[in-house]
Amino acid sequence: MGLMRKSEAAPDQSPQFESWGRYPKFQAEVVPLHWGTDFPLRQPPATRQLPVGLGRSYGDVCLLENGTLLQTVGMDRLLHFDPATGMLRCEAGVSLRQILDFAVPRGFFLPVTPGTKYVTAGGAIANDIHGKNHHVAGTFGRHVLRFELVRSNGTRMVCSPIENPEWFAATIGGMGLTGLMTWAEIHLRPIVSRKLDYRGDKFHGIDEFLALSHAATSEYTVAWIDCVSTGRNFARGIFMQGDHSETPGPLTRSKEPRLAFPFDLPEVALNRFSMAAFNSLYFHKQLGKQKVGPVDYEPFFYPLDAVLHWNRMYGKQGLLQFQNVLPHESGREGMLEILKAITKSGLASFLAVIKFFGDVPSVGMMSFPTPGVMLALDFPIRRELSFALVDRLARITLEHGGRMYSAKDARMTAEQYQAFYPQWQDFARFVDPGFDSAFWQRVTGRRPLDD
Amino acid sequence: MTKQAAAPKRVLALGATSAIAEATLRLLAEQPASFFLVGRNPSKLAVVRDDLLTRGATAAATCVIDLDDTGAHPAMLAQALGALGGIDLALLAHGILGDQTEAEKDYAVAKAILHTNFLSAVSLVTWLANYFEAEHRGTIAVISSVAGDRGRKSNYVYGASKGGLNIFLDGVRNRIDRAGVQVLTIKPGFVATPMTAHLKKNALFAEPSQVARHILRAIEKGKDVAYVPPFWGLIMLIVRSVPRRIFKKMNM
Repeated sequence: MGLMRKSEAAPDQSPQFESWGRYPKFQAEVVPLHWGTDFPLRQPPATRQLPVGLGRSYGDVCLLENGTLLQTVGMDRLLHFDPATGMLRCEAGVSLRQILDFAVPRGFFLPVTPGTKYVTAGGAIANDIHGKNHHVAGTFGRHVLRFELVRSNGTRMVCSPIENPEWFAATIGGMGLTGLMTWAEIHLRPIVSRKLDYRGDKFHGIDEFLALSHAATSEYTVAWIDCVSTGRNFARGIFMQGDHSETPGPLTRSKEPRLAFPFDLPEVALNRFSMAAFNSLYFHKQLGKQKVGPVDYEPFFYPLDAVLHWNRMYGKQGLLQFQNVLPHESGREGMLEILKAITKSGLASFLAVIKFFGDVPSVGMMSFPTPGVMLALDFPIRRELSFALVDRLARITLEHGGRMYSAKDARMTAEQYQAFYPQWQDFARFVDPGFDSAFWQRVTGRRPLDD
Repeated sequence: MTKQAAAPKRVLALGATSAIAEATLRLLAEQPASFFLVGRNPSKLAVVRDDLLTRGATAAATCVIDLDDTGAHPAMLAQALGALGGIDLALLAHGILGDQTEAEKDYAVAKAILHTNFLSAVSLVTWLANYFEAEHRGTIAVISSVAGDRGRKSNYVYGASKGGLNIFLDGVRNRIDRAGVQVLTIKPGFVATPMTAHLKKNALFAEPSQVARHILRAIEKGKDVAYVPPFWGLIMLIVRSVPRRIFKKMNM
């Protein structure tokens, strides 16, 4: 797993790297870090640097053309755990999967988890990730107590809400640009079972989704939404809720995934018809209007982790992810406009989710979540078609006072980004002078978008 | 060997911050085990100790010495024995790859490789063999290398240090197997570690965690020699069986 080395270029050239979306790809040198003291590098590189974990962001936040990527996955030690409080201190390269393997048998769980466990703790903080419990728990950053930040000039800072608080806020959601995080303290939550109490409700249309969201009482909520079907089936979906089971149950470690997507699917495989079939199958997999029962945490939180390299399904061209949030006031109208644009394009795939973000404030200066309705979905890359669609969706998002998620993006323009995140210039003061990213170059207007 | 008792295994780790050692110690920590960790770098040792304690080690002490200093071995080993209250498993994992090209030009470079990989291990195993022989139990597990199976132009000084080590361990095993002591020669192939960070990776490279699982299995099964991952046994069988008059012309 991890950042994908795309190709062995000519001997005198650096290899190319890509993130999970497989677009864009850039040449870079990779320097693996194994110890917190490995940085700053003994021989400082002539290029800019950027920390990178498992490379599971989608676009270019962890890429840097002709740069030096500081790969943190070798820093994967667990430094301290206090079962009385749930506080775990770990190195920044530890993956959420490693944390779960350690924590679940001890009766603890991540405070917030994204849809994959193959991200590092450092990456989770740098992108201030969110999960299905955002409406009650906020972002990952809210559960981070402290961390160490090392600047390329060798300065080491412990950051927390009371120690270097401005660096704490800039680094959470700071996309790795403020320096290298060596370790962090995360507050885990207790559980008594691997199981969750699950409830799935089918819905038709955005209004039914909104009603279910308002009425939901569970800690975890998310809805799968059909972005392909039109007419009677427009915006149908399944609203999924869950709570950690309160009945003591198994606390075993998960097994290794056995399935891997073995090759790149040809581009033609994902088309309007196959996607309509997929969406229809998924909607009808749940037979009744409502389904209730216990479910293991793996399929509930990480259905796609069961198949390694599932991004190969999108072929060599890769995929674009679009994720935005609109404030509640304009959420209904805005999402309708967006969903109509997507279904009309016929470009949507199967993987689309919609959810309410809560009003728990994010800690990070550049964190994505704000109160409102969040939508995330994938498009197979069909160059001008999908690029134009994502640009259109970005404009609608802007018109409705929303914003897009940097970790999922490969196509925002500098103007769009700066409108979504007007605080970007304040943040720029915290960027390490030795650091940079392809994303940051793009959204600060230093790298043009290709067509 | 019979199934391990539930009492924590007392583990002496020499070169405890090496990637293969660390991965193996992590698995042992969950069994659980207590540790005496020996290495050169105090801050790295402290981080490894913290990790093992967090994962379930019942105790972990550290000792900072340069294992090239064979004169310091007896005192360090006595200290380990005192701290652990007895040793069940000694894992020797320190070693250097060295620079083959430099070693071809400069005997001092070759000597340093032989000293670290061979002589310092001989010093440690001599003491450990006598200790375990008197105890009539225990395991000496030594990380050698497939490079010790046959001299090749690309790394024969390193290969010689490991080849000498293999023969030494064969002899020690022949001597103390009858005392109920396991002497395990571990021969990893390519492993993605800081020692090989500069090498281009290919499909033959294994992760330290994968190698560690095979090492633990070999210890539990009471093996004498373990190629890790096991497919290296087949590769080296082929490498060893190439006739010398052909082998000497090859680029390996």
